[in-house]
Parts: sequence; C-alpha cells; structure tokens
Amino acid sequence: MEGDLVQMGAYIGAGLACLGMGGAGIGVGHVAGNYLAGALRNPSAAPGQTAFLFIGIAFAEALGIFSFLVALLLMFAV
Amino acid sequence: MAENGIDIRPMDQFVVKPLFGGDVVNWYTPTNVTLWMALAVLAATALMVYGSRGRAVIPSRAQSVAEMTYSFIYKMVQDVAGRDAVRFFPYIMTVFLFVMMANLLGLIPFAFTTTSHIAVTAVLALTVFISVTALGFILHGTKFLKLFWVDSAPLPLRPVLALIELISYFVRPVSHSIRLAGAMMAGHAVAKVFAGFAAALGAAFFLPILAVTALYALELLVAVIQAYVFTILTCVYLKDALHPAH
Repeated sequence: MEGDLVQMGAYIGAGLACLGMGGAGIGVGHVAGNYLAGALRNPSAAPGQTAFLFIGIAFAEALGIFSFLVALLLMFAV
Repeated sequence: MAENGIDIRPMDQFVVKPLFGGDVVNWYTPTNVTLWMALAVLAATALMVYGSRGRAVIPSRAQSVAEMTYSFIYKMVQDVAGRDAVRFFPYIMTVFLFVMMANLLGLIPFAFTTTSHIAVTAVLALTVFISVTALGFILHGTKFLKLFWVDSAPLPLRPVLALIELISYFVRPVSHSIRLAGAMMAGHAVAKVFAGFAAALGAAFFLPILAVTALYALELLVAVIQAYVFTILTCVYLKDALHPAH
C-alpha cells in the first residue's frame, strides 16, 4: 500500500515535470523570435549571428532538459 | 492497452540486445549498440575518404558534401572558439561527424539509435568536459579559476556570481549529454507511437502515415541540428578554457 502511494506520487510528479516544457518553449521562442526580428531589420548582419542563435536556443533549452531529468529520476530512480 | 487492439510499445526500440543470441550483456559483449556505433564510424570515414578521393576541381556530389561539412565546421570553430582553437579542429570534426552519422543512421527503420542512450552521450560529454577543464588548467594554471570570478561585477556580488558560475560549470556535462539523448529518444518514440496508430485506425490508416512522413522530415532536421548544437557547445566550452577571462 505504501509502495503504491509512493509509485503514484512519482508518476504524478513525472507528469507535472512536463510543465517544464512550457518554460523551455517560451525561452526558445523568445530567442528565435528576437533573432528573426533583428534579422529582418538588418538582414546583412543575420548570417554572422546564427551561431549565437543556436547557442542561445541550447542554453534556453537546458532548463527544459532539467525537467526531463527530474521526470526520468522520478520514473526510474525513486 | 492490448484489449482495445492498440498495443504500442514505443520504448522497445531502445533495448540493448546482444548481437549473437543470449540476453546477458557484459562489458565485452557485442550488442546492437556496438554494431550501430561501428556503422556510424564507418559512414563518417566513408564520407570523408570517398568524398576526397577524386580531388577534382569541379567537385562531385560526394566531394561537395564532404567539403561543405569540413569548411562549415572549420569556420564554426574559428568563429566561436577563436583562431587559436583551430588545433583542436580534428577532435571537434570527429565528434560532429560521429554524432551526426549516429543520429542519421538511427532514422533508418529497424535501426538502433546509439545516441538515444544517455550512457553514450554522457561519455561524449564527459570527455569534452574533462579534457576542456584539464586544458584550462594546463594552459592558464590557477588563472583558469578567473572564469568563476567575474572582475567586471561589483565586489559584494562576486562571491554570489562565483557560486552561480561554479554550479553552471558543473551542470554543463549533464545538459550537454541529456539534450542529445532526450531529443533523439523523444523523436523516435513519437514516430513509433504514430506508426502504432496507423495499425489501429484501420481504414483511416493513411492519416497517421502522413503524420509519420512529416515527423520523419522533422527528425532528419533535428538529427543534424542536434549534432550541430552538440559541436557548437563543445566549441563554447573550449573557448572558455582558452580565454578564461571574461
């Protein structure tokens, strides 16, 4: 009984960790949207900044990855 | 779920199995991971060797793919990590080609995606992390620790920033490895789930198949972009080791 309760809590927590995706989505969208806004204002400067676009996206995405990590830990390590 | 006629097991494709029967996996057992890693190395080697064998002035298709990949990564190392990072270009090129080939080979139906396992990507990320940290200390000695001590910040803030920088430094290999493994695993599992719908829907089977086709195109893009992101982060970390001062 107690084990079931822990299991249930772990599954609920793993599901709730999916909300982290929303945060990562906002972050990635913000980076990409601002890049596009800047690129449309000054198209000639855009190609030189694509590396920073991807670095920014990767850093924004990292926080979403941590929620995935929490979900993984809840599913397999608790 | 089997009683509804839908029996989808999207995670079955990630099971590590010995190649030659049995189900005991020791560290020396050749498994499907071994096979597909070897194929990824073979594909990367084949692209570069086959591509550069002609050395034609007007390149063939294979030669232009090889040349474009080479100059793309070379330029990225120069731009992101600096001109003096070019001596580490062979390693970065190897990492990029291996990750890209492993990702792309995993998209072949019934293939095994080695990069979907955190064990594989963690080794790649830890290699980068440890060698970059060692490199920083070898090149700069204790001055490498200035990476954590932000001189441009006001003095009372510096210990706080140092703590944050320290945590974010040690979290790097975690995010570096799980990003790649997570993206690969999620993409393949989604494709498998949609393919399972096709079997369950009967007459309307073409709808999920259209969805899988679109997903597959997206996955091709993701496979290359994740390899690119993995490599560009390697370059960013390398830049921190070469020029630790902010």
